[in-house]
Amino acid sequence: MSSREQILAAVKKNQPDTAALPSLQGLAGDMPSTPEAYRKVLESLGGSLFEITDAAQVPALLAQHYPHLERVVFADDKREWVNEDPHRLENVDMAVVTGQWGVAENGAIWLTENDIAVRVLPFICQHLAIILPRERILATMHNAYEKIGAPQTGFGVFIAGPSKTADIEQSLVLGAHGAKSLVVFVLG
Amino acid sequence: MNRPTTDHAALADKFNENEPRVNWHDETLWWVRAKRDRQAWSIPEWEQLRETASQIKLNVLGNLHDYLIQFEQQAQQNGAVVHWAADAAEHNRIVTEILKKHDVKRMVKSKSMLTEECHLNPHLQANGIEVIDTDLGERIVQLAEEPPSHIVLPCIHKKKEEIGELFHEHLGTPAGNADPQFLTAAARQHLRKEFLQSKAAITGVNFAVAETGEMVVCTNEGNADMGAHLADVHIACMGIEKIIPQRKHLGVFLRLLARSATGQPITTYSSHFRQPAPGRELHIVIVDNGRSRQLGREDFRNSLKCIRCGACMNTCPVYRRSGGHSYHTAVAGPIGSILAPNLDMRDYADLPFASTLCGSCSNVCPVKIDIHQQLYKWRQVLVQEGHTSGMKTAGMKMMNAVLSKPGNYKKAGKMGRWVLRAFPGMVNNRFNPWFKQREMPAPPAQSFSEWYAQQQSTKK
Amino acid sequence: MTIKIATTVKVGLFIPCYIDQFYPQVGIATLQLLQKLGCEVEYPQGQTCCGQPMANSGYEHLTHQCNSLFVRNFAAYDYIVGPSGSCVLHIKEHLHDPAHEPAAAGIRERIYELTAFLTDILKVTALPARFPHKVGLHQSCHGQRGLGLAQMSELVAAPFSKPEQLLRMVAGLELVELDRKDECCGFGGTFCVTEEAVSVKMGKDRVTDHVKHGAEVITGTDVSCLMHMEGILRRQHQPVKVMHIAEILNQQIP
Repeated sequence: MSSREQILAAVKKNQPDTAALPSLQGLAGDMPSTPEAYRKVLESLGGSLFEITDAAQVPALLAQHYPHLERVVFADDKREWVNEDPHRLENVDMAVVTGQWGVAENGAIWLTENDIAVRVLPFICQHLAIILPRERILATMHNAYEKIGAPQTGFGVFIAGPSKTADIEQSLVLGAHGAKSLVVFVLG
Repeated sequence: MNRPTTDHAALADKFNENEPRVNWHDETLWWVRAKRDRQAWSIPEWEQLRETASQIKLNVLGNLHDYLIQFEQQAQQNGAVVHWAADAAEHNRIVTEILKKHDVKRMVKSKSMLTEECHLNPHLQANGIEVIDTDLGERIVQLAEEPPSHIVLPCIHKKKEEIGELFHEHLGTPAGNADPQFLTAAARQHLRKEFLQSKAAITGVNFAVAETGEMVVCTNEGNADMGAHLADVHIACMGIEKIIPQRKHLGVFLRLLARSATGQPITTYSSHFRQPAPGRELHIVIVDNGRSRQLGREDFRNSLKCIRCGACMNTCPVYRRSGGHSYHTAVAGPIGSILAPNLDMRDYADLPFASTLCGSCSNVCPVKIDIHQQLYKWRQVLVQEGHTSGMKTAGMKMMNAVLSKPGNYKKAGKMGRWVLRAFPGMVNNRFNPWFKQREMPAPPAQSFSEWYAQQQSTKK
Repeated sequence: MTIKIATTVKVGLFIPCYIDQFYPQVGIATLQLLQKLGCEVEYPQGQTCCGQPMANSGYEHLTHQCNSLFVRNFAAYDYIVGPSGSCVLHIKEHLHDPAHEPAAAGIRERIYELTAFLTDILKVTALPARFPHKVGLHQSCHGQRGLGLAQMSELVAAPFSKPEQLLRMVAGLELVELDRKDECCGFGGTFCVTEEAVSVKMGKDRVTDHVKHGAEVITGTDVSCLMHMEGILRRQHQPVKVMHIAEILNQQIP
């Protein structure tokens, strides 16, 4: 008997009687889905937020707040970098991507492979900017999974704030292995 | 005696030789517990959320066979290669074979308590493959040649000065620099090189969704993603209990996990791996290693609901004052103490006794595992199975002989109190562990029952 | 002074073995307090121990005789009341007697820890007691988390505390706030000797919290925890006193 059969047989023999799945109704309570609520949580995670009315404002705001950027990559501007060896994205100073859904309760933004073009992009860049349409801020994770539905791509990720660690004596340090900072532009 | 020569009590005794350090360890973890409390209170439906998570996991336990098959089918359709490992040795063999096939000599691994449980690193090392742990805390303990002392905070037992020393020795940072910011930046630089060079990456799995065949991996550092997205081969190792039924259930678990673990609303990255990137390989190793056996133990199967948040460790007053290494197992603390005896009753017979049964662990558990009740039940099983000392059994039988017969009890009580009053030195000596750091209670001349009898007779 | 309650209830007084032997004053205070509150109280002679020390050590299978004895002693009472959350919890969770299971089940239903009996059954709203001291309340785990005597700091739930509710009825008594209001003291039954180092460290930390906040007296619903902390206080030559909650609630107004 293969290990697969062996494991499955043991599980079948030992598993308890089936119990019904619980309802997920009523778990979201009345948590807010406002940009203000979202901002509060994002800032507590070390991210920053700007409200904009036009995506065209992004380059100027980036130049103002990050004066030393050399290589900036826009994910929806899929030029030759998309076909590069992803390892070469190591020298990207700033990646700008558009998020699908934001979650006010925890600051997370949902991105899929389609939004980031190359999977490693939002991790390997030194800094990350995400544009998030105002009406796409939801209250909780339950609302987010309702909207996201079934997977459409091979990879998706919730990103909440910059990469961080507190492994050394619980001192919070931003910029572990991923982006050192996160700026969110709420559009609309 | 059947117990291992160095048990929790002896290791904890050693840990307590340095009291200021115990205070520091205790306070650091208590601070994490306090952060967890604040996050829990930020959600009015917190207790309902825990109950829901617990019920979802109960459903998983009852349907695990079907969910595993469903997950496998979905994962294969997604283009992943699924492997099954009955035990740790098979898990290690499978991982080694994949790596050898791709001629990998050095590779990165993000946090996976399962690979700790299976002792994968030494196995790979013996096969000429160097593993670089990329979680900062795990890298630190790896450089120190120690196991992690906590499942979420692997180097919580280490002071920053010690980490500064390690980095000076291994990464060439300036001697005496112990600034966390500086040391983290040094690790980032050091590990970026590893990420960029690795052809293979191992990750753990936080949740495996039966419905979609996808796996969710949660990190704050981004190390799982840096490893997996840059490597040609991604190997994800998971225990059979990591399954959840549907994608929407992730909403429940992702709300609970980080809040319970570190008191943050969610981890920075919650990555959903479904298909390998074009031209890449994704391997999933599904491991049993005793889990199906635990599933069959009615009193203990709920331990398989665990989502490895570590909240029970942070709240455990014993864990905080004995340190993770005192538990001499990959998963320390209360949850480790109910998981480990399933792996080896003899080696871990001490762990269910390393608790006061205070119950705080069960109260913080996001999936409501009755941890302290299971500790009590493991004690019964371990005694029944003979994993206890003959001396203890003799003592318990004697205690029973006294306590089950009122006559014996009265005589012994009277005698005991008389001895304590007349010859306190017989008890107040270094052979009495109570007396080492505590005074004995002052023995009264009259017991309550004697007083009561006297009252009753004067009334009459 | 006697507070009248609607019908006189017949209470079987359960005095755990170590209280009987080492802390008779706690038994006396419990008895007097219950009588003062209008209960008809009897102490069945011939009671010994609830069996918890053996059961918690993994020897629950040895406790059958203790169980039968307990059932024999207490089956006849309307209520069984004891000044120990821990022993009461053990009975509630583990008292079985194959020969008299209905009687055992009845006892499991009708046994109460003293403060819960006062607040939930007697519904005490005032006490003729005065104790002009700063008091720290130690929430013993088995009473608190096991019997639900107070809200637990881990849970998101409305605050309440049965022992605190009673202490607030005592004239002149000032309750001190603690940094960690419900952390275990480390007694833990045989844990206190098998894990001596951790047990003592836990006890020292609890004691320090009370001392730091100016407690003159540490009280609680379990003498076992208090005995452990008292042993540490006395070794440290601290002037802080330890008293069971029954002793405080039974303090006369002079």
